[in-house]
Amino acid sequence: MIGFSSVAKRYPGGLEVLRDVSFSIGAGELVFVTGHSGAGKTTLFKLIAAIERATSGTVLVNGQNVGALKRTAIPYLRRNLGLVFQDQKLLYDRSVFENVMLPLAFSDFSVREAARRARAALDKVELLARERARPIQLSGGEQQRLAIARAVVNRPAILIADEPTANLDAASAERIIELFLSFNQVGVTVLIATHDERLVARLGRRTLRLEQGRLAEDIAGAAR
Amino acid sequence: MIAWFRQHGRALAAAVAKVRAQPMTSALSALVIGIALALPAGGYALLSNLSGIAQRTSIEPQLSLFMSTEAKAAETEALGKRLRADPRLAAVRFVPRNEALAALRRTGALAEVFAALEHNPLPDAFVLRPRDAAPDALDALAGEYRRLPGIAHAQIDSDWARRLAALIRLARSGIFLLGALLGIGLVAVTFNTIRMQILTQREEIEVAKLLGATDGFIRRPFFYLGVVQGLAGSVVALSIVSLSLAVLDRAVQSLAATYDASFQLSHLAPADAAAVAALAGFLGWLGACLSVSIYLRQIEPS
Repeated sequence: MIGFSSVAKRYPGGLEVLRDVSFSIGAGELVFVTGHSGAGKTTLFKLIAAIERATSGTVLVNGQNVGALKRTAIPYLRRNLGLVFQDQKLLYDRSVFENVMLPLAFSDFSVREAARRARAALDKVELLARERARPIQLSGGEQQRLAIARAVVNRPAILIADEPTANLDAASAERIIELFLSFNQVGVTVLIATHDERLVARLGRRTLRLEQGRLAEDIAGAAR
Repeated sequence: MIAWFRQHGRALAAAVAKVRAQPMTSALSALVIGIALALPAGGYALLSNLSGIAQRTSIEPQLSLFMSTEAKAAETEALGKRLRADPRLAAVRFVPRNEALAALRRTGALAEVFAALEHNPLPDAFVLRPRDAAPDALDALAGEYRRLPGIAHAQIDSDWARRLAALIRLARSGIFLLGALLGIGLVAVTFNTIRMQILTQREEIEVAKLLGATDGFIRRPFFYLGVVQGLAGSVVALSIVSLSLAVLDRAVQSLAATYDASFQLSHLAPADAAAVAALAGFLGWLGACLSVSIYLRQIEPS
């Protein structure tokens, strides 16, 4: 489903954030990516979503070589990914409902069908009652749930979350992780970047540990 | 196909909503575009009117030979025969002095002056149409006839009409150049307006791109916005031209009345007005196209 083969990413100026990273993630897996700040977790996600291009190596997503994709094909790749960004990227001048409707605006759904799907996604993250609210009126945990609802509204096969529990209290973080587990249980491949070692240890899932841009460890879930 | 229409419908609705959300900015943009368009459109309308005058006036080169008032009838008759036999002339028309005076008396402006005359001061005249219209040939012919006995004056008549036609051609080129320059200005205005609009929606655009929006999806509402602005500008331009022509028309009619003539300025034809609107819409689209394309290229993955 996701494959990295000798992937490196170097930014102009010579900063190398990923070096010779290789791994493969199968359909239906839930994988954590851990590492300190600056280890390369966010860059790894950006390469999967073609937000950035690898300097060398191959990134495969659903059998597609992301680095070789034409510019016009990138949106279609992203529509099959559910992306939860570290900074959430919510639109604060729009309502909760309008935020979730955004990915459906460029799909072929009718307004009625899009609204039905948006409300179903909001219901899943328990925010349906707040659909008219603005994101700024939501708590940190609710904002994160809103970001997840927007990521899953197109029912993607792969869900990628960058530090989804950062800055959340324990109860909110637990609720977020439960949501990811529930999506994984219905077959969605989930990739979560986190530096919360306790969370990773508690769940005992496969973990990719990055260290200074290198894949230091690939710990299988069953071995934990 | 339904999805295609749906996407375009949404984009158009979004563009109209943007215009309605910022009525002052939209009105000012339309005004700027309208003024830029009104100059060439108004110039074109005035030239069309002038062309009408030029077309109604013969620009076939004519040579008028005025006999001396002392010339005898036999002399005039002999000259007429000679002229009619000249193969360089396509047509020869004799205008007797009495007929010339009668014609002048029929023109209101000088009727009182001519009525007061005790005798006819006008000479007999021949109006000639040479086969060769080249200026040199006309000058040579006029010079040759000027030397014939009994001829007091030879005059090339159609010079002013030809000069007017040449001036109209020149002005038309000027209007075309002005139109091209202002067209570039219109594209720049739309480019800037759309750029400002993009900047206010930058966050939304970038999020939409990250979530899978195609460039087409991002561009479409801005394209429609450019077209809507161009069309709104064309409405302003056509209104300015129409009002200006109405004001000028009164002055022109007053001027024509002093010459005992009537002349009415005609407004832009519906086809010309539609062309102005279509051109404005196209230039608005072009400005939007450039603006969005440059922005989208800037946010491409590195």
